Amino acid sequence: MAHWYMLTVVGADRPGIVARISQCLYQAGCNLGEASMIRLGGNFTIMLMIQTAQPRRQLEQALRPVTEELALSLHLDPIEGHLHEHRQPDVRITVFGADRSGIVAQVSGALAEAGLDILELESSVAGSRQHPLYIMQLEGVATRGIEALRQALAEELPQDIDVRIEPIDTLVG
Amino acid sequence: MAIRDILVYPDPRLKQVAEPVERFDAELRELVHDLEQTMDAGPGAVGIAAPQIGSCRRVIIIDVSSRPKLKNHGRLYLVNPEIIHWEGLETGREGCLSVPDYTGNVVRAQRIRVSALDPHGRPLELDMEGFEARALQHEVDHLDGLLFLDRLVSRRHDLFKRKTYQARKDKP
Repeated sequence: MAHWYMLTVVGADRPGIVARISQCLYQAGCNLGEASMIRLGGNFTIMLMIQTAQPRRQLEQALRPVTEELALSLHLDPIEGHLHEHRQPDVRITVFGADRSGIVAQVSGALAEAGLDILELESSVAGSRQHPLYIMQLEGVATRGIEALRQALAEELPQDIDVRIEPIDTLVG
Repeated sequence: MAIRDILVYPDPRLKQVAEPVERFDAELRELVHDLEQTMDAGPGAVGIAAPQIGSCRRVIIIDVSSRPKLKNHGRLYLVNPEIIHWEGLETGREGCLSVPDYTGNVVRAQRIRVSALDPHGRPLELDMEGFEARALQHEVDHLDGLLFLDRLVSRRHDLFKRKTYQARKDKP
């Protein structure tokens, strides 16, 4: 009986990580599900759904030659693999400002209280070493409406942060 | 007259270029009727194209009047539609009856002029913008064997923001 796992892989970025890991999983008879893979601050990160009948230890062993050669750390967690149940976001929020600690906590705190359910979030530290800039883009479901999000930010947003809130109206045709 | 099955990717019929309609007869009226019933039976669709129900003809219906705040022409039954002019680009989220459980960003023209025939063969010319223009472009793509999957752009990097210069209005 096949089970789903979430495979997490992290390591210094270099060419070939995705190809080597996915070839190894294919040869081990795994089915791949949804994934998010991105370079963060020079590290390559993978979150990947894997379906396999193999026990966890055997899968880790199958991946070991690749993880050792590419100096990757790896983690496997058993999960429920709910596919074909995507929730559609109805709001996109872009946040940016001179980087400082607390931006994510303040903004996400205010938005969570106003009913935002985040479906995906990506952020970067851009700018220069002297003047780092923090940029965050997220999509989610405004469970209490977009106006509630606007109000929450109008009341609680520090003046040094710029925020844009845009509705996502998905066209189905 | 009936609700018909929606073809789902990778059905090869969705990749065919549809044929122009030449006869405005009972058969065409039945196709339009079936298209309408099938669209209305689906989950919140604002348009449908004949190839989606397996008819390789250049016929579409669009109706974005469910968004009353947006400029629109109500329900339009268009035969042999052609985009004869376009301006501007914007990114928006699209899904499709023929591609269940997935939505993605697609760049479309903001404003278009469309020439078409109505189901009686009378010529029409319409100016459309925004969501309605997007719906028309999505459906005309079906007539040319294209799905929104053929036009996906990155979800992470929004190249053509919808309201770039209104950003500061959101700030208190």
